[in-house]
Amino acid sequence: MALLKTNKVISSLGNLSPSLAALSARNSSWWGGVQMGPPDPILGVSEAFKKDTNPKKMNLGVGAYRDDQGKPFVLSCVRKAEGLLAAKQLDKEYLAIGGLAEFNKSCAKLALGADSEVLKSGRNITVQTISGTGSLRIGANFLSRFHGGPRDVYLPKPSWGNHTPIFKDAGMTLKAYKYYDPSTCGFDFTGALDDISKIPEKSVIMMHACAHNPTGVDPRPEQWKEISDLVKKRDLLVFFDMAYQGFASGDIDKDAWAVRYFIEQGHNIVLSQSFAKNMGLYGERVGGFTVVCNDAEEAKRVESQLKILIRPIYSNPPMNGARIAATILNTPELYSLWLEEVHGMANRIIKMREQLAAGLQKEGSTRNWQHVIDQIGMFCFTGLKPDQVERLTKEFSVYMTKDGRISMAGVTSGNVGYLAQGIHTVTK
Amino acid sequence: MSVFCDVGQAVPVAVFKLTQDFNNDQDPNKVNLGVGAYRTDEGKPWVLPVVKKVEKVIAHDDRLNHEYLPILGLPEFRSSASKIALGEDSPAVQENRVGAVQCLGGTGALKIGAEFLRRFHNGSNNTKTPVYVSSPTWENHNAVFASAGFEDVRSYKYWDAENRGLDLAGFLGDLETCPAHSIFVLHACAHNPTGTDPTQEQWMKIAEVMMRRRLFVFFDSAYQGFASGSLEKDAWAIRYFVSMGFEMFCAQSFSKNFGLYNERVGNLTIVARDPDNLKRVLSQMEKIVRTTWSNPPSQGARLVAITLTTPALFEDWKGNVKTMADRVLLMRAQLQAKLEALGTPGAWDHITQQIGMFSFTGLNPKQVEYMVKERHVYLMASGRINMCGLTTKNIDYVAESIHQTVTSVQ
Repeated sequence: MALLKTNKVISSLGNLSPSLAALSARNSSWWGGVQMGPPDPILGVSEAFKKDTNPKKMNLGVGAYRDDQGKPFVLSCVRKAEGLLAAKQLDKEYLAIGGLAEFNKSCAKLALGADSEVLKSGRNITVQTISGTGSLRIGANFLSRFHGGPRDVYLPKPSWGNHTPIFKDAGMTLKAYKYYDPSTCGFDFTGALDDISKIPEKSVIMMHACAHNPTGVDPRPEQWKEISDLVKKRDLLVFFDMAYQGFASGDIDKDAWAVRYFIEQGHNIVLSQSFAKNMGLYGERVGGFTVVCNDAEEAKRVESQLKILIRPIYSNPPMNGARIAATILNTPELYSLWLEEVHGMANRIIKMREQLAAGLQKEGSTRNWQHVIDQIGMFCFTGLKPDQVERLTKEFSVYMTKDGRISMAGVTSGNVGYLAQGIHTVTK
Repeated sequence: MSVFCDVGQAVPVAVFKLTQDFNNDQDPNKVNLGVGAYRTDEGKPWVLPVVKKVEKVIAHDDRLNHEYLPILGLPEFRSSASKIALGEDSPAVQENRVGAVQCLGGTGALKIGAEFLRRFHNGSNNTKTPVYVSSPTWENHNAVFASAGFEDVRSYKYWDAENRGLDLAGFLGDLETCPAHSIFVLHACAHNPTGTDPTQEQWMKIAEVMMRRRLFVFFDSAYQGFASGSLEKDAWAIRYFVSMGFEMFCAQSFSKNFGLYNERVGNLTIVARDPDNLKRVLSQMEKIVRTTWSNPPSQGARLVAITLTTPALFEDWKGNVKTMADRVLLMRAQLQAKLEALGTPGAWDHITQQIGMFSFTGLNPKQVEYMVKERHVYLMASGRINMCGLTTKNIDYVAESIHQTVTSVQ
């Protein structure tokens, strides 16, 4: 009681005596009002994993490839490219605002295909960006400033968690279209078409080119074709996010099929590319942003505006990763080696999927785990509910995000049996 | 009908256009005194010997890979970089109230700091808080703060063109009359583009007003070590302000003093009142970084961290920095001497009084145009020259060019 009375006295003192309040303001910090930011949902997983002492613990949160020993994998083509570059003794002069020209050209070629009409007519502008995030951010800023249509960006439901804050910070608003069907753990094709048919004209629609994150669920080619027709009818601006080219099926052309098809169909898309996963260049921050324009003259104007957007953020991009990527893409034997290694990474993931599904069956699970094999890319949307995820973490030290997403890259032949056991236990 | 048919052609960034024009020029006597990058006496870029050494170390270390850095960057880079600015024995460091965000160059550090201030300084999302940049200043300062959402970027008096020095009275006057909580971008040393820094006594006066009027201190430190050749000397202003008890930001660039331009190595140092405030600030910085570039590039930061934390390499680096600073000082002395010997009209001691990479020659736009068109000597329209563009081979030609320009064009 006395304490309450004291508080009342203090607060009334504050009201009656402004000089006291001013005094405390002078002694306080600039940032007294700054709240603690919520922990990153994915990084939080890694933090907790680190603290766990269980020798059988598994980190299935982080979206970074691991080899069958659970170790980070530096591609041989990367090491070889680094050796070549070291011998060249290059200087460290600033790159252009739009980045390394050699990289930009080969980045576009990889996505669009060497014989793309877009490349031949020079009607694309491709700039080097700070990996996929940087590319999306520049794209979002560009749309925010120059897109004459509605400020809404339609994301598939669900989408990569960082898409939303990126577009928000760029001043766009977010909406969603149906995508994942939890009852089938597959693509909600009719739901997607239904939602897309209602999107206001000239809105921006975001699509994952392949290996959808977080669900691993991709449309089939016939489905992509229908989506393309509908999007054309609705006159929507398509923003492709391609973070896993080569990594999804193991074939870079197959993984870029949707992007190339849409362009052939006349969509002037915008495209974000990342080389974090498919070249293992995560921390070097290698990416590209492409705008497919009407013609080369328009591409020049767009380029000039992209530079104006980039300069006040970081002036010009980092050289190291882009040079490595450009060397790989433009040196025939390194390129072939890279294709092999990407294929190898994708294959290991596919094998783990098969082993996990088989393992679950062996455990005696009566649930349908076909989606584990059908889904594609690094991630698997297991279908686990939050309480099941919690049990999996608490009882088995298997760390994953609450939405039931696991990174297959964290699964090895050594631990897939243990994982099957854990998943079966919490779902039976 | 394209969605982008209304996109206008933007004006190119001046300093890069200058280099482009220089590159296209066929004249054998051409000299590029534009872009702010160090050049050797042979006019070539210089990869620091210590950088070459450490690159080999990195290449041969099998424990290293290309995995993501944490959102805020490489921890050993952040702490060693902050210590470079604040001093190893800084009380603020001892008191655990110094934090940092590894960023993409000095630009990136300014950007992240600006984004934080726009969200959290002087209320919540207060885009109307005035941001003051010096008159003149680096041409990207304005754009960085505008791009972060600030609507009111103004200039504070700085350069006295008539007397070719600091307009201290004007500067202090702006500090006294600006709105409370205004943000001031201060050049820690080697002011760009004027090369004119406040003296220690002048800094003390500036700090007194800023403390009294509750103005926010945002240092831009792009030339530490490069200006005088001494890391400590070039950080004097930053350290003085810290000792005065300011909470502040300092954007550091390692582009020039490490010659790591295209690796984009920068650090936003944050000095807070206490560890708790620091913790909350860093948590919010993470949110900002996550939607801008997710996490920073590893190569350059690793290089700097290894150098700063290995005593022998640290000594090597300081030596390399002194080499660069000394060459600039030599060119300054020689240019002034030659102009005086030629009897070029005007006073030229500002060339040796100014500090760092740049000199504000005092040439007016018409004279600059003459220099570029008639003499093929490329410099910024402001009259700013990059001393690093001078070499023993071209300094006579440049001195003669200035002489001819000043006597032919008013």
